[in-house]
Amino acid sequence: MDALFVNLKHGILSMAGTFAPDWFVAFLSMLISISAIAVLGPLIMMYLTLIERKIVGRMQNRIGPNRVGKFGLLQPLADGVKMLTKEDIVPNTADRIAHFWAPILIVVPALLVFAVIPFGRGMTAVNLNIGILYFLAVSSTTTIAIFMASWGSRNKYSIIGGMRSVAQMVSYEIPMVLSAVPVILASESLSTGAIVDAQSGFQWFVFTPWGFAAFIIFFLCGVAECNRSPFDLPEAESEIVAGFHTEYSGMKFALFYMAEFMNSFTVSAMTVTLFLGGWDGPLLPSWVWFFFKTYCLIFIMIWFRGTLPRLRVDQLMGLAWKFFLPLTFINILVAGLWFFTGPVARVVSSCAILIASFMVLSYLNKGYTPEKRTYRFAE
Amino acid sequence: MNADLSLFGNIAVYAIMGVSVIAAIGVVTLRNLFHAALTLAMVLLGTAAVFISLQAEFLAMVQILIYVGAVMTLIIFAVMLTSRLTDESIPQQNKQGFPAFLVVSLLGAVLIFILLQAPWPIHAPGVHSPVSVTDLAKAMLGNYVFPFEVISVILIAALIGAVTIAKKDS
Amino acid sequence: MEIPLQHYLVFAAVLFSIGAFGILTRRNIIGILISIELILNAVNINLVAFSKYTSISPETGQIFAIFIITMAAAAVAVGLAIVISIYRVSKTVFTDEMDLLKW
Repeated sequence: MDALFVNLKHGILSMAGTFAPDWFVAFLSMLISISAIAVLGPLIMMYLTLIERKIVGRMQNRIGPNRVGKFGLLQPLADGVKMLTKEDIVPNTADRIAHFWAPILIVVPALLVFAVIPFGRGMTAVNLNIGILYFLAVSSTTTIAIFMASWGSRNKYSIIGGMRSVAQMVSYEIPMVLSAVPVILASESLSTGAIVDAQSGFQWFVFTPWGFAAFIIFFLCGVAECNRSPFDLPEAESEIVAGFHTEYSGMKFALFYMAEFMNSFTVSAMTVTLFLGGWDGPLLPSWVWFFFKTYCLIFIMIWFRGTLPRLRVDQLMGLAWKFFLPLTFINILVAGLWFFTGPVARVVSSCAILIASFMVLSYLNKGYTPEKRTYRFAE
Repeated sequence: MNADLSLFGNIAVYAIMGVSVIAAIGVVTLRNLFHAALTLAMVLLGTAAVFISLQAEFLAMVQILIYVGAVMTLIIFAVMLTSRLTDESIPQQNKQGFPAFLVVSLLGAVLIFILLQAPWPIHAPGVHSPVSVTDLAKAMLGNYVFPFEVISVILIAALIGAVTIAKKDS
Repeated sequence: MEIPLQHYLVFAAVLFSIGAFGILTRRNIIGILISIELILNAVNINLVAFSKYTSISPETGQIFAIFIITMAAAAVAVGLAIVISIYRVSKTVFTDEMDLLKW
């Protein structure tokens, strides 16, 4: 049961190996992995939209969509049909090439990351020996697509939204990369399979002080990278119409939407891989554990959306540069300290250093909130 | 899978090299500077693919992370901040187009002629194992630790310098 | 069958020449900066190809290339800061219109 999909793939390949030449079997192996991802990605995204709408609805004391199919399960199909049949409007003065290629170029990195996610024991599509670096590099190319979308639309609000989004993504990349460094230190490898293997037997990195701090920072930076609440100023509907995807309609908007949800899935999947032990867990098959943990994190992301108000742009940037970044540097030092001190002393010392630095940083950052205004009403 | 798929790999690398050369020509000739920046991103991705074919995967990912992720952001920000939206019809080439083309093609021809003729001391293919991240780390913190420290100072200097030059005089 | 060394060198030489052509003919300063990026990339490919095919220690070329990437990023950052500062003062980014220092 655990190796169900692995055995399925081996069965298909050995069946094909009896009558086909070697190079064809190699291609078929790649094709099976690619088609599994190509089916899985959009399917996950479709049902994520439904899950989000129902959970946010429950948090707002209403039921989500429940008309189309039982419990609204066919709602994503209805959404898909709506997006496909909408008229595709391109503004007259828009830059054709940039406006056309931006939605495509934003979905490509979101899909490419699926190749290094370890879905289960032996179920990574491509087990690169630089897996984490591949994830960070490919997800940093999204900024160009956002620039193309905002500049190509020739719309003031698009350009403002695009610049804010790019500034946010670039600022939050740095604490994200740096908070993954202690994990790489501990598992001595950049490959996702090796990182999950280093956490086997319930020795997850989140149970260590530096791992816990790094988990929170990585997860929050990942939420910011996906432009989700509470960091969704670039696409806030009440502030700047819809930011960089204002001028898009129909299938192109669906592609932007798809990219955002796939990004949130991959960020959750990477957090699970790095900190929560990947597919590690007793009794149940490995891929069941992986999806369960990933969907727990996605539920937390949806919870953020239903609960927290949006951050202002200076609060956003201040959080990244003045709070998360020093904390990640201290975290790397604490993680290094962890491996060179005795078993009791290291827990005490690392917790003490981390809690002390957290309090110092939050005290230092408190002085930048504006003071309360006093109002003078007319008599 | 013991199949030898290197032929398909080679074809892919040659195709990427060709597309990169066409994109490079686009970088230096396009009038719309935003499109020139986008074709530069294509050339940088092509270079990363060439690095992968040279078995330098770490360097390819570093190239994508830094060049395509950060330097392109800088360049596109600068393009967006210093151009007006109606600027594309201004000619982007100055009047030295033709002599520059002659000189550069001469340079290119001489370079390629020498490169194809020189007896490079190529060693046998299996002598060294492919460079892993561990080898790079040992070299960076072993033999090359002094440039490593100096470059961190250079980066701080560049950061402070860029912020000082670009801020408004208030 | 691997790709022979000369093919990588020819590719790098072609990129270098195209970058040099861009530096010599572009009017916009940012255009000149992006042509400089082309030249630096061509140099990186050369270094990595040589260190893989001909060197005793094949990681030397890659370390050198990492340092060049870092230096190029720093150079572009400072260069673009200067460009933005010039644009703020004289409202132009074209090299033939910046002649305040000409005598």
